[in-house]
Amino acid sequence: MAVAEKTSEILNNVEAVRQTLYEAMKNDERNVILGEDVGARGNVFLITKDFVKEFGARRVIDTPIAEASIVGIAVGMAMEGLRPIAEIQFADFIYPAFNQIVGEAAKTRYRSNGEYTCPLVIRTPYGGGVRGALSHSVSIEALFYHVPGLKIVAPAFPADVKGLLNAAIDDPDPVLFLEHKKTYRLIKGEVPTGHYTIPIGKADVKKSGNRLTVVSYGLYVHWALEAANALEQEGMSVEVIDLRSIRPMDRETILASVRKTRKLLVIHEDNKFGGIGAEISAMVAEEALFELDAPIRRLAAPDVPAMGYALPLEEEYMSSPAEMADAMREMVRF
Amino acid sequence: MATTITMPQLGETVTEGTVERWLKKAGDTVEKYEAFVEVSTDKVNSEVPAPVTGTLREILVQEGTTVATGTPIAVIDEVGAATAEHTASAPPQGKAEMAGSANVEPVPGFNLPEMPVKHVAAAGAPVSNGHVTVPSGNGAAAEAALRGASPAVRKLAREHHIDIRTLRGSGANGRVTAEDVLTASRMGPAAAVGQAIISAPQTPQAPPKAPATPGPGGTSTYGEPIPGTLIPLNSARRIIAERMVESKHTAPHAWSMVEVDVTNVWKWRAREKDRFERDTGYKLTLLPFFIRAVVESLAVFPLMNAKFTAEGIFVEKDVNVGIAIGLPTNLVVPVVKNADKLSIKGIALACADLIDRARRSKLSADDLQGGTFTVNNNGANGSYASAPIINGGQAGIVTMETVVKKPVVTADDAIAIRQIMNVCLSLDHRVVDGYVASGFLADLKKRLETMGPAGVL
Repeated sequence: MAVAEKTSEILNNVEAVRQTLYEAMKNDERNVILGEDVGARGNVFLITKDFVKEFGARRVIDTPIAEASIVGIAVGMAMEGLRPIAEIQFADFIYPAFNQIVGEAAKTRYRSNGEYTCPLVIRTPYGGGVRGALSHSVSIEALFYHVPGLKIVAPAFPADVKGLLNAAIDDPDPVLFLEHKKTYRLIKGEVPTGHYTIPIGKADVKKSGNRLTVVSYGLYVHWALEAANALEQEGMSVEVIDLRSIRPMDRETILASVRKTRKLLVIHEDNKFGGIGAEISAMVAEEALFELDAPIRRLAAPDVPAMGYALPLEEEYMSSPAEMADAMREMVRF
Repeated sequence: MATTITMPQLGETVTEGTVERWLKKAGDTVEKYEAFVEVSTDKVNSEVPAPVTGTLREILVQEGTTVATGTPIAVIDEVGAATAEHTASAPPQGKAEMAGSANVEPVPGFNLPEMPVKHVAAAGAPVSNGHVTVPSGNGAAAEAALRGASPAVRKLAREHHIDIRTLRGSGANGRVTAEDVLTASRMGPAAAVGQAIISAPQTPQAPPKAPATPGPGGTSTYGEPIPGTLIPLNSARRIIAERMVESKHTAPHAWSMVEVDVTNVWKWRAREKDRFERDTGYKLTLLPFFIRAVVESLAVFPLMNAKFTAEGIFVEKDVNVGIAIGLPTNLVVPVVKNADKLSIKGIALACADLIDRARRSKLSADDLQGGTFTVNNNGANGSYASAPIINGGQAGIVTMETVVKKPVVTADDAIAIRQIMNVCLSLDHRVVDGYVASGFLADLKKRLETMGPAGVL
């Protein structure tokens, strides 16, 4: 982490995004924000409030409700020298843009044999636990995870949000930047002032321990930490790794931890089948089978089409800190 | 170098192709990219270019023959390369077969010393010999422990030369964990055998023929102690020490004793013992009667068949009674599994077998696992009362003290000579209080006093 100044301030995740975007807009005229309600409304979470007044409607562009166009236009801007920061208002609405993201943005560098790059950031709030029901709760990372050429970032802490958003804006290739909406105002933390970046593809050990490695990202990092800290009181030492970047995946940090603890639990909010945990599990099984003292375990959402609106359905879909603690206990004792 | 040419895939959905016409014959030279065979499918006819320059050594599929895509159809010897890879007499599919089976390598770290894996020596050798074999002579549980061993445990056991089957596991359901292997390793090679008191038997040392002399550095052995010398701890002694200290330090012991009139049980046993010995070859002691009464009382007081854990008091499902057996150099506590499901005779046979094998150092790791309550027959040498240490992870331990004839004032104020035995209980006060413990002891006393003098074993 290259910290320009030592001073810091306490921000929540919304403020961290807002501050980073504001500084980026101020420092580089090539940066353009486009999306639904990002202008006059200032984004549904007020992340870009008043941006249009300061930077003008040519750089803070309200688009129609047409996600394929938002990303498609942004791809063109990026290929021709701008640094667009596109917003999909909720990740649940990203599907119309799938072709533009997967078929165009991710392949631009390869298709043009390096002649063109696509320095594009697509920001989108994702995740549940907010009674968002079927169209405001989804996790989309696994849908895009399979695609080479696309980077996926999902920070959980305000300082990581700022450092990784700066890195995403600087990145010469497309980055899908996922912001867990439940953490937006829930999570506060110290954020260094001034410009700094955190390398994409680098996980962070948020709590060290030696009996079990827990890998997670997004909101669940906070809950996993809560569970791990509770277990610490019971004398069980659990290591919690915040992936921060989903792709590229920080294999070294995960493997080093698993080699130490010999046990791996992956926790994520997205569905279990074919989720991020599947890839991590396969990687660890390939690289470190003979270090494992327990079957790898995944704690993730069941195979149901969506998070229901009714609270029991939402709770059933999500893993609680207590469920996480139970899974951790079982694995430590195994 | 020989290059094998395979039937190309001529279209996305095509799975087979027909060799239409060979444009070259065996022995002809071919240039790279030169068409040398014409193949066809139901969709398309196509000429296949040579991928290398060389000599068409062999045609493997004749004209008019249809084969699956990927099937070798020809071999080209590349220019300037030795022809080492493929003998002319090999059958057409030989190459594919070799690729599939010849390189069966042992997986690194997986081939334990005690699990000799027979490797396939060469292509064509019978693969059925490749299964894992394990030496016989160990209990089923030991084999289960081996089968259930995680990759990490296997690797560590191999590195530290430890036989997993001899370890007592601390993991879920007695699983041997990686930490167990490392612990056994730290305690020296001998520790691989006989984890726990209470766990595996030590091979009794042969009695020394000559008078014992102090070893180097003024040491002697537990079996032959010499004044003024140090007995280095073997693993059994070390583990006994650790377990005792751990139990005393973690479980607050409380103690209680009742006096039990065992006259009727004693009579019952006396009447049955000759026949029992004739039928089974074992002596009938008071122990199985006692254990039967204990398991019946445990059924009434399940809290006595429980253990203290960080999350709460875990009430055991099974009733597995450990019996403490003192040996010249150590102590073992083999377990009568599901003792509540056994008759007195069944318990007697199980105990006799365990005691017999304990003395011959033939107990398996499984024999020593899973105890939920412990009985200590302490009275054989005349002990009148004792305060036993609880076997870790249990709620209590009861002793049978010596049986002595005593004058007793009976209910109708007569004086009678009765067989009296003290029963002592140490309990983990975190699990039960005196209320439950004294209820248990009273129940046990009543059962023992109302057993016999007749009945079915």
